[in-house]
Amino acid sequence: MPDLGLEVLFKGQNMVRLLGGLGVALKISLIAVGVSIPLGILLGILMAGKNRVVKAILRVYLEIIRIMPQLVLLFIFFFGTTRIFGWDLSGELAAIIVFILWGTAEMSDLVRGALISIPKHQYESGEALGLSGRQIYFFIVVPQAVRQLIPLSINLVTRMIKTTSLILMIGVVEVLKVAQQIIEANRMVSPNAAFGVYLAVLVLYFIACWPISMLAGYLEKKWR
Amino acid sequence: MAEHLLTVRGLTKRFGSNTVLKDISFQVERGEVIVVIGPSGCGKSTLLRCINALEPIEGGEVLLENDVVNPGGKNLIELRQKIGMVFQSYDLFPHLTVLKNITLAPMKAQKRKKAEVEAEAMALLERVGLKDKAQSYPRELSGGQKQRVAIVRALCVHPELLLFDEVTAALDPEMVREVLDVMLNLAATGKTMIIVTHEMRFARAIADRVLFLDGGDIVEEAPPERFFTAPETERAKRFLETFEFKSVKARPATP
Amino acid sequence: MDLNTEVLTQYLPLYQKAAVLTVKIGYFGIVLAIVIGLFCALIQYHKIPVLRRIIAVYIEISRNTPLLIQLFFIYYALPKIGISTNAESCGVAGLAFLGGSYMAEVFRSGLEAIPPIQKESAYSLGLSPLKTMFHVILPQAVSISVPGFVANVIFLLKETSVFSAISLMDLMFTAKDLIGLHYNTIEALFLLVVFYLIILLPVSVLGSLLERRVRHAGFGS
Repeated sequence: MPDLGLEVLFKGQNMVRLLGGLGVALKISLIAVGVSIPLGILLGILMAGKNRVVKAILRVYLEIIRIMPQLVLLFIFFFGTTRIFGWDLSGELAAIIVFILWGTAEMSDLVRGALISIPKHQYESGEALGLSGRQIYFFIVVPQAVRQLIPLSINLVTRMIKTTSLILMIGVVEVLKVAQQIIEANRMVSPNAAFGVYLAVLVLYFIACWPISMLAGYLEKKWR
Repeated sequence: MAEHLLTVRGLTKRFGSNTVLKDISFQVERGEVIVVIGPSGCGKSTLLRCINALEPIEGGEVLLENDVVNPGGKNLIELRQKIGMVFQSYDLFPHLTVLKNITLAPMKAQKRKKAEVEAEAMALLERVGLKDKAQSYPRELSGGQKQRVAIVRALCVHPELLLFDEVTAALDPEMVREVLDVMLNLAATGKTMIIVTHEMRFARAIADRVLFLDGGDIVEEAPPERFFTAPETERAKRFLETFEFKSVKARPATP
Repeated sequence: MDLNTEVLTQYLPLYQKAAVLTVKIGYFGIVLAIVIGLFCALIQYHKIPVLRRIIAVYIEISRNTPLLIQLFFIYYALPKIGISTNAESCGVAGLAFLGGSYMAEVFRSGLEAIPPIQKESAYSLGLSPLKTMFHVILPQAVSISVPGFVANVIFLLKETSVFSAISLMDLMFTAKDLIGLHYNTIEALFLLVVFYLIILLPVSVLGSLLERRVRHAGFGS
């Protein structure tokens, strides 16, 4: 069997360090998701509403955030705003801001989609039963929309976690950076460390995302 | 040449532990019109699907002349061209125009010339009063129009036997007639047909023979006049009674 | 903030070169992803034993790991067990590996959205399974898949932004290089955004046009 450089993983604190790196990525995505979901719900409700000006403004925000690769957004915040406004922004903070902006946009679009997907006759049968507009919204529309939304917002979490891998590119020390450091430190003793360590990183991300995806898939099937 | 066009012998069909068709046997002669009636869930539609090998069967056999019709069988594709089927839900191909719906199988499966097939399709469309709809898409047609196109589509493959599976069940009442008229017309020209239907008066008018199916058995087999006026079995009597309504107009005044 | 036009014109050729690279890798990666996706979708649709399990595993791995990590693995780890690629083919392979699963899901749900009776009516007209797939099922499935397909193409084009991590001189690489080298941050970022818009906007607009056309085609019976 060829040397796969797996032994590096079990040397000293290497595995713990990798996990710590993943922890940074997870922390950033959880903070971003935690803020994005409530904000996104709010904006989504506004986007499904009747105010044209508000809708147009939100639409522009959504399209701008959406059309740009997240890495470009990270660059703009990390390199651009610091240059223009002269403030000091750590990579981590820039990442959190960008992921909140992006997550809010995505979430608001999911909420808008779920709200407008409720067929018109659902409102009409609510009215025919003598329910008020508010009652129709809370007893008929929201429960149906929520069922659609939960799996989709869970999926947003995995997308967020996967996207955090990008923060390596603005110098945040996360899994990949730790991996590079470990490989570098062991290049003499284990020349094949790159295989074992990058495999471990791949597996770590998979372990972080896969159960969440499974949960989303399960809920989607159950509530279809 | 075999004497019967279609022979069904000992046909048995199960879904899991549920036996839907139990040892069914009958023959169909050329030019004959068979109407299959019976309560919902008695296996009528399944019978048609088995004849066309859309369902695997657990026992018995289906013969078209001397050839076995069987899912995965050898000449299945050729045999299916000899057995046309029209479904309850029309099932036109939504991405094709009416004309393309009709000419697809003759051109692709039978390799017939485009000009010839299109001429025939147009002639058939004219016969069912839909010549002007040839370039329309299915979504632009009413249910009755769609069903007439589906019949033309099946006819254009030149089948020797036509299967109709409750073709008017999904239609609005005022459209039922136009489809039934097309079928009566086909019967008059001597087409061999097996028809599953709930339209009792139509059944009586078109059938040469009625098969009454209940609980997966052929309970009664008779010419239509006898079946509808003097059914021999208790089950057939009870079934026919479900189509009658007793008047409630003579009810006593409520206190 | 003022843009220095002199700097912009000086940088322009570099960005053009980088954009060509981004588009090239994106194009080949996406074409390959479509092929992989169609293949996987057909196998899953026909429930071909063993192969469908393997494909299910591939789809889970591909969808639950980031492209950046997949690229690192292909580019830095695989050579250690004797599979070497240059940066460009690694980029294409990575994009195809990621995109294949996304395309597969879109095509598969398109196929599954066609009611089984469509297949049955084609069979009862005497069309063979292959002809039924080709003339009846696929054309409908493809139209249904268009919105998801367009979204995937845009998603994959955006994902190409991580290629600089395996030292491909794409737009991100160029931008970062110029920021580090000359400190003309604003100009470098401005051109970065402009070039991504040049690549992505037409696809996005074309995509919505295509979606509208499909919605108005012979559907909705």
